[in-house]
Amino acid sequence: MLQYVTHADKTYVCVMALHEEVPEDRVRSVCREFVGPIYQRPPLKASVERRLRIRRIYSIDVLEVQGKLVLMVVYCEAGTYIRKLCHDIGEVLGVGAHMAELRRIRTGSFTEDEGLVTMHQLHEAVVAWRELGDESLLRKAVMPVEHAVKDMPKIYVRDSAVDALCHGAPLAAPGVLHLTDDIKRRRPVAIFTLKGELVAIAEALMSSTEILEADRGLVAKPTRVIMRPGTYPKQWKSKGMEKG
Amino acid sequence: MGMLIKAEDTTDYSYGCPPSERPIELHLDLGVVNLDKPPGPTSHEVTSWVKKLLGIDKAGHGGTLEP
Repeated sequence: MLQYVTHADKTYVCVMALHEEVPEDRVRSVCREFVGPIYQRPPLKASVERRLRIRRIYSIDVLEVQGKLVLMVVYCEAGTYIRKLCHDIGEVLGVGAHMAELRRIRTGSFTEDEGLVTMHQLHEAVVAWRELGDESLLRKAVMPVEHAVKDMPKIYVRDSAVDALCHGAPLAAPGVLHLTDDIKRRRPVAIFTLKGELVAIAEALMSSTEILEADRGLVAKPTRVIMRPGTYPKQWKSKGMEKG
Repeated sequence: MGMLIKAEDTTDYSYGCPPSERPIELHLDLGVVNLDKPPGPTSHEVTSWVKKLLGIDKAGHGGTLEP
């Protein structure tokens, strides 16, 4: 489940420390050059293989330049090393630079502004629930799993299709009710019930248009089942064990 | 992102449960926390703290910050 969060786009706010002062417009123009696909080799301490790879920088927003310090917001693909990015910007500027401070402000659908809780707040919420029987704080601190797939393409299925999906069976066209228009073949799609419960994350076998037109055939294959089997009644039959 | 309608049907409320109405135990089991991790403890350490705090046996985190 969490790999869909890990692999989501990220936004960071970062302080880059230049090793010498550089005119602000030059800093801004060099930062603009780094927007788009860039080459990065993971640092020595990285936990992944250190081969040159391409990562996409969607935007670099320079908020403030004060002496040698540059405050910026970087929106990028998962797996981008901001420390490396700062170093490389320093190289192009010709003065050298390093990352002085870093905070991630967004991972996919998780932002700083929505439901961010501190360890203290989470602890207080648990105490209020366990010791005072008040679960309202805990309900606010913990979000439903559905939030994690908020921005993913989605398929809403019939009640009768749910339990088979919970057992890992692929989804066939007749089980589909509603769908978003951004489903692409071989890409992840989130499968929901009409009550808005996440059933599974699946790999789409058809695009939105194909699903809409299909009378039969498999539309998606679960890769990660979230809902417990048995939540919805079993409405599928095993071969050779038809009900009398 | 537009919504397309392939067919219409209703859902039976005698089973399943809309996410906002889950009993608290199930809510925790199927929950995600947008946690403001302080610098210092590692993501792994914080995950294990959250697991103990909530009394759940399975938990994970969605990514570390670079070394």
